[in-house]
Amino acid sequence: MPKTDIVAKTGNEAIAEAMRQINPDVVAAYPITPATEIVQIFASYVADGLVDTEFVPVESEHSAMSACIGASAAGGRTMTGTSSQGLALMAEMLYIASGLRLPIVLADVNRSLSSPINIHCDHSDTMMVRDSGWIQIFSENAQEAYDNMIQAVKIAETAGLPTIVTTDGFIISHGMERVEIFEDKDVKDFVGKKKLGNYLLNPEKPITLGALDLQDYYFEHRRQLAEAMVESKAVILDAAKSFKEKFGRSYGLFESYKLDDADRAIVVMGSTAGTAKVVADDLRAKGIKAGVLKLRVFRPFPKKEMAEALKNIKAVAVMDRSDTISGNEGPLALEIKAALFDSNIKKDIPDHIYGLGGREIRVEDIGSVYKDLGEMIEGKGKPKVTYLGVRE
Amino acid sequence: MANVKELSKQKELFTGGHRACAGCGAVIVARQVLAVAGPDTVVVSATGCLEVVSTIFPYTAWNVSFLHSAFENAAATISGVEALYKSWVRQGKYKKKMNFIAFGGDGGTYDIGLQSLSGAMERGHNILYVCYNNEAYMNTGVQRSGATPKGADTTTAPVGKVKKGKEQYRKNLTEIMVAHGIPYVAQSVVGNWRDLTSKVEKALSIEGPKFINVFQPCRLGWSYKPELTCDLGRMAVDACIWPLYEVVNGSYKINYKPKEKKAVGDWLGLQGRFRHLAKPENKHIIDEIQAGVDKSWEDLLKKESAIFPPETVDKRGGGIPPQVS
Amino acid sequence: MGEKKQKPGWKELPEGDVIEGGGTAREFKTGDWRSERPIHIPEKCIHCLTCWIYCPDSSVITKDGKFVAFDYNYCKGCGICAHECPVKGKAIKMIPEKEAKKNEKVCQKQI
Repeated sequence: MPKTDIVAKTGNEAIAEAMRQINPDVVAAYPITPATEIVQIFASYVADGLVDTEFVPVESEHSAMSACIGASAAGGRTMTGTSSQGLALMAEMLYIASGLRLPIVLADVNRSLSSPINIHCDHSDTMMVRDSGWIQIFSENAQEAYDNMIQAVKIAETAGLPTIVTTDGFIISHGMERVEIFEDKDVKDFVGKKKLGNYLLNPEKPITLGALDLQDYYFEHRRQLAEAMVESKAVILDAAKSFKEKFGRSYGLFESYKLDDADRAIVVMGSTAGTAKVVADDLRAKGIKAGVLKLRVFRPFPKKEMAEALKNIKAVAVMDRSDTISGNEGPLALEIKAALFDSNIKKDIPDHIYGLGGREIRVEDIGSVYKDLGEMIEGKGKPKVTYLGVRE
Repeated sequence: MANVKELSKQKELFTGGHRACAGCGAVIVARQVLAVAGPDTVVVSATGCLEVVSTIFPYTAWNVSFLHSAFENAAATISGVEALYKSWVRQGKYKKKMNFIAFGGDGGTYDIGLQSLSGAMERGHNILYVCYNNEAYMNTGVQRSGATPKGADTTTAPVGKVKKGKEQYRKNLTEIMVAHGIPYVAQSVVGNWRDLTSKVEKALSIEGPKFINVFQPCRLGWSYKPELTCDLGRMAVDACIWPLYEVVNGSYKINYKPKEKKAVGDWLGLQGRFRHLAKPENKHIIDEIQAGVDKSWEDLLKKESAIFPPETVDKRGGGIPPQVS
Repeated sequence: MGEKKQKPGWKELPEGDVIEGGGTAREFKTGDWRSERPIHIPEKCIHCLTCWIYCPDSSVITKDGKFVAFDYNYCKGCGICAHECPVKGKAIKMIPEKEAKKNEKVCQKQI
């Protein structure tokens, strides 16, 4: 096992550290709370000559992604970071990046979308771009953020799809944790060199990227993109396998926490999974068979695997840290229900919208979700979509 | 200075087979710029006529590497390409000298593209931005832009019973670029190939951000017979509607001062977009246009003499002769 | 116009919105757009190449710095070349396309 160091780092610091070790060719970024620090810390690495990266301090997030597209299309390994309104502003360019099949890696520190303006955590920003063709990997804590950033480079470049690695705003981004980091050479060895296919800085082989498709070609190009997303699932698992072989930690499409014999489970993403695991442990100590399914890979959505993992659990609840404002529940619940339906598994699944705008989610709140699940098992019916933690 | 015979012997870097209108000035700009820039060039274009006509999948008229990402961000996109180049050169991974050229129409440059252009110029990337200025959003059907001149008929500032076309004077983007303090800013025109090619050559020899604003008559949007594209460009220069000038490190040099400044009327009269101005009740608009042109020209002369008092003018080398028509 | 070929399916196309290679527009012949065409009058031509540098459609073929022919595969008949020709009496004339097809002396160049 390669040498590691145990350090105290916040999520943002851990991500910046991973980026330093990856040493991308270009980082183009714009500040926004709570992601700013990633870029600031990285800028200090540039100022100290610790990286070869060309840092482009652009004048907006839209330009950040535009410059990343330019750099990646030119042949470079490119990374950036943002949150919330920044991600929203670059949304147009996110779709373009995936359509151009550029393996850009973006660290999104999950923060709510305006209005009202709020700088705290919820998942509405990455949910806004769930159809953008980007792989989305959710991190529970700073360690996962660090590990995910390293794997993301390999995943993006192999799948030919840009990749978002998330952390929960302030909760993880600014929370100090014990993080195990690897040596620079081992990280560089893992990510390897970027393989060059078509790239702009190759005048002997000119290419045109971003051509206009009329009705006769657009559909075929989009079909390719859909297929690439489906195939990226195997790429993600492959990267996780290589990661485990080299560094010893296991990752998958999701984490099944005490799920095998569970009769009740909560499906959740991000830092709340950590709290849910604590609650599940408490319940287990009381003899209640509680489990947690922590979804790590939201895009591509692991339909079959999720259905398989949940099919034998008597009562399942979903916790959504964003809303679709559709009259039809949160985005995670909708995707899970579709997945189960397609596998002919019928379950009543209550959805809990929680934590919007950084609203605290406490052990008691998650406890109440499990309690409701218990009542469902006893045949007392299912709660409607609840907004967990809002003042009525 | 570029020699046309030498240029003609090189590989054609912008081929035929594109879907531009017959007599389009934008593709003339692209051809002339690329002829000077050569094959070691990466081009980024904003969405617009030039990009659309030249890259309809699977056909591309570009014989150099070309990237189009979106409408408002040609400057930001090429900043990324140039940043990667700098990174690779610094890492010892790349040696060849490359040109980085962004093209944008007036729509994608004056208006929606202004932010990213400003940012790129301020950051000092080693790029050349060429604006092909046809004074409206042509590709989407001749809507007004910040570059549309007063009195012009466009589909979003049309001539009707109450309104007589665009009411505002056009924005002076060239001066906005000068205010960014970049090493080279110039105005050129379709119809004076020597002016455009020598300015591109000069720009590409300078390190840092460069901006060339090329006046580009559009036969469809301006409504005239296609063979007059170059004529209309030159006439605008002769009437001081579009002066040919350079600002090199903040110093102004007007490349061509017409011996006899022509009145704007003849130039306006050749274009359908100004047809309504022929009516007697609209004569005051022509006067306003003339007044605007006169003031801009006087201001430009003042700026030139402020930095270069008349007695030093002859001591400057170079100068670009006007096209003999 | 060429024979109708089946367009490639999504599995055959290169991945992503990329056109590999330069100048593939040459396969799209815009020559059929025109309603008149330029013809060259060689005895008047001074080979200044003004027509070459102003042609929007790269449709003036030159060799060793001299005019050779018009490329009627792409020429849209805009008339800029004839208009810009600086020679007194012009070395380029525009004639209606219909006439061109009848006139044997018209310069034809196929690529």
